[in-house]
Amino acid sequence: MTTPEVTLLPEAAQEPRTLNSLMRGATRWESGLVVLFVISLIYGWWVSPYFLNTETFFFAGLNFGEIAIMALPMTLIIITGEIDLSVASMLGLSASTLGYLFMHGWNIWPAMGICLLVGIVGGALNGFLVTRLGLPSIAVTIGTLTLYRGIALIVLGSNTAVGFPAWTQKLSLPIGSTHIAYDFAIFVVLALIFGVVLHMTPVGRSIYAIGLQPETAYFSGIRVKRIKFGLYVISGFLCAFAGILYTFQQASSASDTGVGLELNVVAIALFGGVSIFGGRGTIFGVFVSVAIFASLQSSLTAINVSGQAQSIVTGCLLLLSVLIPNISESVTRVRTLLRRRTSEAS
Amino acid sequence: MSVIEQPVTTPPAGASLVTKILRFRELAIVVAIVLVFVLTYFKNSSFASTASIQQMLSGPSIIIMLAVGETLVIVTRNVDLSVGSVLGLSAYLVGDLFVHYPHLPVVVALLAGLLIGLACGVVNGVIVAYARVPALVVTLGMLYIIRGIDAIVVNGVQIQPSQIPQSFVNLGAGSIIGIPTLFWIAAAAVALVGYVMRTFRPARELYAIGSNPEAAVLAGVRVPRRVFSAFAISGALAGLGGALWLAEFATVASTAGSGYELNVVAAVVVGGVAIFGGSGTVLGAALGALLLNTIDQALVASRVSSFWNQAVAGLLLLVAIAFDRYVSLRAEKILRVEGAHRDNA
Amino acid sequence: MERVETPEEAASREGSNVPSRSDGAPLLIVDGATKFFGPVKALVDGSITLYAGEAHALLGENGAGKSTLVKILAGVHLADGGHVTLDGQPVKFSNPIDAREAGISVIYQEPTLFPDLSIAENIFMGRQPLRSGRRIDRSEMIKRADEVFARLGVPLEPTRLARGLSVADQQIVEIAKAISFNAKIIIMDEPTAALTEVEVQRLFDVVVTLRAEGAAIMFISHRLEEVFAMCQRVTIMRDGAFVKTAAIGDITIDDVIYSMVGRDIVSLYGDHTRTPGITVLDVEHLTREGVFTDISFSVRAGEIVALAGLVGAGRTEVARGIFGIDKLDAGTVTVSGQKLKTGSPLQAMAAGIGFVPEDRRQQGLVMQMAIDRNVSLASIGRLSHLGIIRKASERKLAAEWAARLQLKFGRFANPVMTLSGGNQQKVVLAKWLARQPRLLIIDEPTRGIDIGTKAEVHRLLGELVEQGIAILMISSEMPEVLGVADRILVLHEGRLVAELSREEANEASIMRAAAGQMKAGVS
Repeated sequence: MTTPEVTLLPEAAQEPRTLNSLMRGATRWESGLVVLFVISLIYGWWVSPYFLNTETFFFAGLNFGEIAIMALPMTLIIITGEIDLSVASMLGLSASTLGYLFMHGWNIWPAMGICLLVGIVGGALNGFLVTRLGLPSIAVTIGTLTLYRGIALIVLGSNTAVGFPAWTQKLSLPIGSTHIAYDFAIFVVLALIFGVVLHMTPVGRSIYAIGLQPETAYFSGIRVKRIKFGLYVISGFLCAFAGILYTFQQASSASDTGVGLELNVVAIALFGGVSIFGGRGTIFGVFVSVAIFASLQSSLTAINVSGQAQSIVTGCLLLLSVLIPNISESVTRVRTLLRRRTSEAS
Repeated sequence: MSVIEQPVTTPPAGASLVTKILRFRELAIVVAIVLVFVLTYFKNSSFASTASIQQMLSGPSIIIMLAVGETLVIVTRNVDLSVGSVLGLSAYLVGDLFVHYPHLPVVVALLAGLLIGLACGVVNGVIVAYARVPALVVTLGMLYIIRGIDAIVVNGVQIQPSQIPQSFVNLGAGSIIGIPTLFWIAAAAVALVGYVMRTFRPARELYAIGSNPEAAVLAGVRVPRRVFSAFAISGALAGLGGALWLAEFATVASTAGSGYELNVVAAVVVGGVAIFGGSGTVLGAALGALLLNTIDQALVASRVSSFWNQAVAGLLLLVAIAFDRYVSLRAEKILRVEGAHRDNA
Repeated sequence: MERVETPEEAASREGSNVPSRSDGAPLLIVDGATKFFGPVKALVDGSITLYAGEAHALLGENGAGKSTLVKILAGVHLADGGHVTLDGQPVKFSNPIDAREAGISVIYQEPTLFPDLSIAENIFMGRQPLRSGRRIDRSEMIKRADEVFARLGVPLEPTRLARGLSVADQQIVEIAKAISFNAKIIIMDEPTAALTEVEVQRLFDVVVTLRAEGAAIMFISHRLEEVFAMCQRVTIMRDGAFVKTAAIGDITIDDVIYSMVGRDIVSLYGDHTRTPGITVLDVEHLTREGVFTDISFSVRAGEIVALAGLVGAGRTEVARGIFGIDKLDAGTVTVSGQKLKTGSPLQAMAAGIGFVPEDRRQQGLVMQMAIDRNVSLASIGRLSHLGIIRKASERKLAAEWAARLQLKFGRFANPVMTLSGGNQQKVVLAKWLARQPRLLIIDEPTRGIDIGTKAEVHRLLGELVEQGIAILMISSEMPEVLGVADRILVLHEGRLVAELSREEANEASIMRAAAGQMKAGVS
C-alpha cells in the first residue's frame, strides 16, 4: 500500500510530464538561448556602431573570463543537486594568497602552486562537510564563503599587492595577433573539457543520475559521495585558478577581490538552463548564457548604463529562466486560485 | 521489529530532555555571548563601558530586524536573498522622502520604509507561493532587480546627513533609559513576532509547512497563503530596517545593504533555525545576530586586527551547522530510545 | 480461535451508551465501486459494508483492489462508478480533507506527522484550541491530548516532539488525530507490520476501546491470525472485485485463503524440472539488530529461491543486506566461493550480484532519463572506450535487450517514465541482465504490472535460470511464489521459519508459516 498521493507541494515545482515537453525541454531552452544571443548582438549593434567589432569581443572575454570559468564546475555541482556559494570567496582567497606570497618574496611559480593547493583544500573542506557530515550544501557554502573571505582578509588585510612580473600582464592583452583574450581562450578550452566529461563520459552520466534520482544512482553502483566530493575539489581548484588569472589581469590583488561574484555565477548557470533542483542542464547552455550576459553587459556599458543598473537585466533574466518553463503551469495555477477565490466569495 | 519482550511504558525524562534540548540552543548562544564578553573584558576593560555596551546593542539592531523576517521564511523551507537589496532601496527612498518633505514625521517615515519593503515582499511572495517557483532563484533574481532599481533611482546622488531631520537622526543615535532606541525597536520586533510565532495558529502552520510539507497539505493548511505572508513580512521588516539604517547612518549610497543577505542568513543559522525549516525561533535568530556582532566588536576591542572578524564568523557558522546536525541526530536517538510515555502509567 | 464479542455484547457489558446506530443500519456502504487507470482495471466491483462498533478486515492479495478501494474512501481517488453511502447519505469525496470531515480517517503505513512539533500540536494542527483574542490555549490543547490518550489507554506525553517516535507510537498519534476529528470510520493499512507483539496487543486494546465508542474500524492486513483475533467480520477481494463477506465465527482461515487465491495457479506457470548446479550464494547467520536474525540459506545456479512472508517480516531487508545497501551486524555472504565484503553495493556488483529493487520508480530507474540510458546505467564503464561512452554500443545494448525482453516503447531517447509499469520493470531487468550477473535478486518482480507482462517476466525468469543464473526472489504474491520458485523460504518476524520445496508447498502452508503458526516440519 502506498502513501496518500499529494500533488500540492510548495517548493517542489512539478516537472513537465508530457513526452513532448520533456523531449524538447533540453533542446528547447538551449535553442531559445541561442536566439536570445543573436537578439542581444543585434541590440548591441543597434545601440552602438562599434559594438560588433573585435575589440568589444576582446573586452567581453576579458571581463567575463573568471565568472565563466567558475560557472563550469558550478554547473556540475548544481546538476548533482548541491550548490557552491563559496566560489567567489575562494577566488578572493587565492588572489590574496598570491599577492601575499609574492610580496614576501616568493617566486611567482611556487606561489601560484600554493594558491592552487589552497583551492584544493578549500574545495575538499566543502566536499567533506557535504558528503561526510551530510550537512546541507547551501548552509555549508555560506559558511565557507564567509570563512574563506575572512582568511583572505587575514592574509592580505587592507593591502593591495602590486608589481607582479611583467610577463603576467600579457594576460590582459590579446593572444598574439588575434583579438582573443587569454581568459576567453582558457574558458573555451575548459568548457570543451567539461562538455565532454558531462555529456560523454560515465562520470557525466552519473552526475545526471545523482541529480535526478540519487537513490537509484546509489543502487546502481554509482559512487555518489565520491563524485560530489570530487566536484567540490575541482570547483575549489578552478576558482583558485580564476583568482590567479584575475590578479594578473588586474595587475593587483586585494582581499575584496571578487566580492559578490558568486551570485553572478549562480545566475549564469541557472539562466543557462541548469535546474536548481538538479538533474538538468548542459554546458552548451551555460556557454551561451555567458555569451548573452557578456554581450548585454558590453552593449549596456556602451550606452553608459551603470553596472548596478545592469543588475536589473540579470535579475529579470534569472526570473524569466524559471518562470518561462513553468509559465503555462503557473498561469493555470494562478487562474484556478482566482477562480476558487471568486467562487468562495460568491 | 524485536522479538524481545519490552515494556511498552518507559520512564520519561523524555519531556524535560527535549525541552532542555530546545531551550539549550538559545541558552548556548547566550552563554557564548557572555563568555565572549567576559573574555574581552579581561583584555580590555573599556569593553564594559557604557558607550561600548550601547554600541553592542545598537550595532546589530538592524540585522536583527532582518533576521526576524528571514526566520519566518526559512522556517517554511524557503529563503529570502533579497533582503539586503530591499533594505538599500528603502533606505534611499525614505531619505528621498525627507528631501522632498523635510518635516515628515518620524513615524510616517518608518511606515513608508515598511510599505516599500512590503511591496517587494509581496512580489516575492506571489511568485514563490503562487507560481511555485523555487525561492532561492526568485529572491536571487529580485536581489538583482531591486539593486538595479536602487541604482537607477539613486543615480549617483547621495543622501546627506543635513537632509535628514534631527528627530529622525535622534532615533538612530538616541537612547531610552540608557539603552539605544534602535535596540528597543529591534527588541520590540523580536518580542512581538516571537510571541505571534508561539501563540497564533497561522504562525504555527509556518512550522508545519517546513517540517513536513505534504502532511501540512493533508492537515488542511493553506500553504500558498502562509508562504506568501512569510515573504511579505520579511520584505516589510527589511524595508523598516532600511528606514532605521537611514536613521542610524544618516547617509545612503546605492551600495547600502549590499551583501547583507548572507549575513542575515548566517545569523539565523547560528541562531539555531534549521536551514530546511520546521524549527527555530526568532529569539534564537536575534541572539545569533547579537553573538556575531559581539564577536565582531570583541575582536576590535581586544585589538585583534578586525580582519579576523569574518573568518571567525565563517568558522562559527560552520560549527553551528555541524553542531545543530549533531544535536538533532543525538536527540532523535535519545527520544527514540526513551520512548514517549509518562511516568504515571 | 478466540471468540471476540460483538458490538452489542460489548455495549451491554460496558453498560455505556454506545452511540451505534439504533436501527442497526450500516454506517458505510460501498456498492460496486469501479476505478480504471487507463486500460488498467484497478477496481471492478468494490463493495463493503461497515457497521458502527465493529472491526472489519478487508482481505485480498496484492492487486486485489483493496488499496484502490481505500483510496476512494480516503478521497485520494474519485471512483469511476458505483456508490458510497455514509450514514444513509450518498457521498463523494473530491479530496482527503472532505473525507476526513465526513468522518473517515485513514492511517497509512507512512506517517504524516510533523517531526519538529509536539505530539499535541501534531494532533491539533490548524485546529488548536483558542482562548481570548484567538491565541492558542496551550494548556487546553495538552489537556485535550491527554484526554484522547486516556480514552485510548495509551499514556503518551503530549509535549514531546514527534521526532523519533517509534512506529507504534506514531500510529497512536495518528489514531488520536482521527479521534480528535470525531472519525466514525478509521481505516488502518497494515497496522501491525512493524510492531512488536506487545505493541500489537496494545493496538488491539485501543481498537476495542474505539469500537466501544461506536467507531467502525477497517483493517487491511495479511496477518490472518491477528485478523481472526481482532475482527468481527471479513470481506475478501480478488482481482479487483468483491468475493465474499462473512462473520469471523462463520469462516475459517483456510476458507479465507481459498477465497483470496481462488484459482488453480500452478497451471499458469507450466511444469518445469530444473537441475540446480553449484552453489552461487551462501549466506550464514545474517543478522541486523531489530530487523532480522540468524538467516542462513543458499541459492544454487539454475534455481529460483523465493523469500516469502508478511509485510515487515524482513525479506527486503535481508536482500538489501546481501547486496550491501544496508550494513549487516553479523553474518557472512559468500558468492561463488568468495567471501563478499558486505556493506558495499559496488563489491556486490563486482561479485556478480544484480539487484532489482522493490520500488522501481525511486530505486530502480531514473524516471526522467532515457530508456537506453537507464538500461546502460550499471554498465557505462564497460561501454566506454578511452573514457568516452560509445553511444553506438549503448544503443546496441539497449536494442538487444529491448528485443530480448520484448519491450514496448516509442524511441530509445524517450524518458523511462513514458513506459507502462510492466515495460519499466523490463528496463530495470535489462539494466542488471546487461551485466550478466551470477545471482539476480528481485524484490517483487511483478508488482503493479498487468497480467500479460507478468507472464512474460515469469517466463524470462525461467529462461534465465535455464542459462545457469541463480535467482533470489522476494514476492508477496502467492501464485507467483508457488508457480515460479523451486524452493520457498518463509520469514516470520525476522527469522527463517520454514523451507519448503516446490512439491511440498501450498498456499496454506506458506501463509501459516508466514503467520508464525508453523510447527516443526512440513504442513
